[in-house]
Amino acid sequence: MAEVYVPPAEVEEMELYHAKSWITKYVFSQDAKVIAIQYSTTAIAIGLVGLVLSWMMRLQLGFPESFSFIDPSDYYQFITMHGMIMVVYLLTALFLGGFGNYLIPLMVGARDMVFPYVNMVSYWVFLIAVLVLVASFFVPGGPTGGGWTLYPPQTITSGTPGFGAGILLMMVSLALFIVGFTMGGLNYVTTILQARTRGMTLMRLPLTIWGIFTATVLALFAFPALFVAAIMTTLDATLGTSFFMPAALDQGVLNQHDGGSPLLFQHLFWFFGHPEVYIVALPAFGIVSDLLSVHARRHIFGYRMMVWAIVIIGALSFIVWAHHMYVSGMNPYFGFFFATTTLIIAVPTALKVYNWTLTLWKANIKLTLPMLFALAFIVTFVNGGITGLFLGNVVVDVPLSDTMFVVAHFHMVMGVAPLLVIFGAVYHWYPLMTGRFLHKGMGLFHFWTTFLGAYTIFLPLHYLGLLGVPRRYFEMGQTTFIPDSAQDLNAFVTVVTLMVGLAQVVFFYNVFWSARKGEPAGHNPWKAASLEWQTPEVPPGHGNFGPELPLVYRWAYDYGLPGAKDDFVPQNVPPGAEGAGGGDAKA
Amino acid sequence: MKILETLMQKPWTAEQIAVDNTEDGIAVAIPPSKLGLRFFLGSIAVLMSLFVIGYSDRMVLSDWHPLSEPWLLWVNTVVVIASSVLMHLSLVAAREGRFDGLKSNFMLAGVAAFAFLVGQAIACNQLIAAGYFAADNPANAYFYLLTVTHGVHLAGGLVAWARVALRMRAGEREIAKLYESVDLCTVYWHFLLFVWLVFFTLMLFT
Repeated sequence: MAEVYVPPAEVEEMELYHAKSWITKYVFSQDAKVIAIQYSTTAIAIGLVGLVLSWMMRLQLGFPESFSFIDPSDYYQFITMHGMIMVVYLLTALFLGGFGNYLIPLMVGARDMVFPYVNMVSYWVFLIAVLVLVASFFVPGGPTGGGWTLYPPQTITSGTPGFGAGILLMMVSLALFIVGFTMGGLNYVTTILQARTRGMTLMRLPLTIWGIFTATVLALFAFPALFVAAIMTTLDATLGTSFFMPAALDQGVLNQHDGGSPLLFQHLFWFFGHPEVYIVALPAFGIVSDLLSVHARRHIFGYRMMVWAIVIIGALSFIVWAHHMYVSGMNPYFGFFFATTTLIIAVPTALKVYNWTLTLWKANIKLTLPMLFALAFIVTFVNGGITGLFLGNVVVDVPLSDTMFVVAHFHMVMGVAPLLVIFGAVYHWYPLMTGRFLHKGMGLFHFWTTFLGAYTIFLPLHYLGLLGVPRRYFEMGQTTFIPDSAQDLNAFVTVVTLMVGLAQVVFFYNVFWSARKGEPAGHNPWKAASLEWQTPEVPPGHGNFGPELPLVYRWAYDYGLPGAKDDFVPQNVPPGAEGAGGGDAKA
Repeated sequence: MKILETLMQKPWTAEQIAVDNTEDGIAVAIPPSKLGLRFFLGSIAVLMSLFVIGYSDRMVLSDWHPLSEPWLLWVNTVVVIASSVLMHLSLVAAREGRFDGLKSNFMLAGVAAFAFLVGQAIACNQLIAAGYFAADNPANAYFYLLTVTHGVHLAGGLVAWARVALRMRAGEREIAKLYESVDLCTVYWHFLLFVWLVFFTLMLFT
């Protein structure tokens, strides 16, 4: 590498807010790292509620007519709340509010987010949104049971569980979530664009940041569609307007609405809903790229192509939404257009899979826990992606629509795959957050039960879907085309679901146990090149870096550099210092 | 920032490294607050556009009965235009280093915006009194929806305005410290004026 002259640092120091009390340090904190932990804790807590709801659903599906505490209304409420909680309140909040807040300032070399106060408010609005959502479990009629897509007229028609207060609280909660997210999202994009440290060009950013950045931009432009849908549904339900509600019989009586378009709601919902898939997936793509690179001791293959792929996937995600609506009676040419764009989006996505695989080619692969989860993600994402190609085609989708095949597909691609990345990321960054490793034995148990368990649950669901087993049915009853063995399979899936769910207890125990008794990790235990590992303190202190911000001289993937002392060179090691213990550089 | 040029960079080459090491970490030569506002306005623009799309989708159906917009809306429109102009004059005064011009125009802009909101509330009341209920017809419902949505956003802007106004009342006279806030308010005011003009035109002609 050529010797390069670097002029003195000119990056302006930001004015940091210094907490004056315990309350402002740990509760109403403006430090992005604390906010990240608050976001993560809240998201995981509500995610556990979602997990328990999935157990309740599986109990009913596996052993119908066995549990008196699950009636059809309960069942629909369970599936609705499970879906919305997992997609929005767990995955979106955890990836962007959790990982985004923790990693953005550290990885770009900033002391904090650019609008720390707004960032703090963002979390508290999110928390209120979660509390409003939880409150819907306790109002008369319970939470909404209209399905996670919340389609009118069903959601606000009597007979649907939670058609009164339940659906209103859901809509208010979603609106609050969007307000809170917008506050956070503005912070993420602005910090990435305007507060990077000196030398940290956009094309030197780790792919984790590219993923979070693009996902945040998507969210800022996609969530308004959900906001519009939520407001108009609320007005239909409360003021009797007819934005979405058509004239229809409600319990045998003609309702007071006329001419509303339920289809408009579907367009709005999926204009948000499809980018939402990538709001979750893109941060996962970015994180897994970094996990693979660090634990395979090799630069990411095709970095530039990977950035392009993230950006192109993000752009295309806005023009594929109607592939969720093939059975809504759309014009065939319209369906053709959306099938085509859906297939096109598979190209940059497949490109990423090739590049992950090529990163591993002839690499010095360390089968650490983060690497195991990253590998599991690739396999799972390929599985989920391939079934997505089935469903992206109109003629294949129509018979499979509303079957368990769809449930299996989106759980693989949007449930299991991102969760594997989240687990991998936790095992990877836990030493940075606590200074200790998570226990490897417990981690291996957690990995294999989760990975194999997820396949044991969802592969059979693909088969059930191909048999024609519909989703959203409380009970199958007798059918001529579904064999009795399908019920046996359902019972098996239920048992495995409970076991895999319980195995997560080991993970949480590990998180708490290792925080005090885990093996000390020291400074940069994975020998990673990116900036978050180069802080003078572990865990990083207030302001992240020492008296001076680090200077960046290279990208985040200098592994196995010829002539370097170590097999990695951190981003803040100046040119010429690689051979002199550069791997130990501190900020 | 040239997006394509940026995305074409090869950060691992020696030539690019030489260029990259002089990077100051700022993608766009504007303050972070202004960039944040632009993203926020982008988000609101999507929101407002979707309302317009919903409106356009609904107005072609046979049960759409356009309401006759009260004349007060014309007055309100003039007031909100005046508010935007005053805000702009405040920014111009700030650029020219005239604190008195900055303060007086800024205060008047806020008062005009508040007057606009009051006027909109009166117009809505007049329509309700005349029997144009939201539930009766989609045209009515969209009128209230668009008007209130715009009003809520302007009210949010007035919160920001009030914070700056309070700083001035508290004795802040240093233009350098006020400039960024006035600049942000001006951009926001112009954006909301544009939104109202689109909404008003749409409602007038349909």
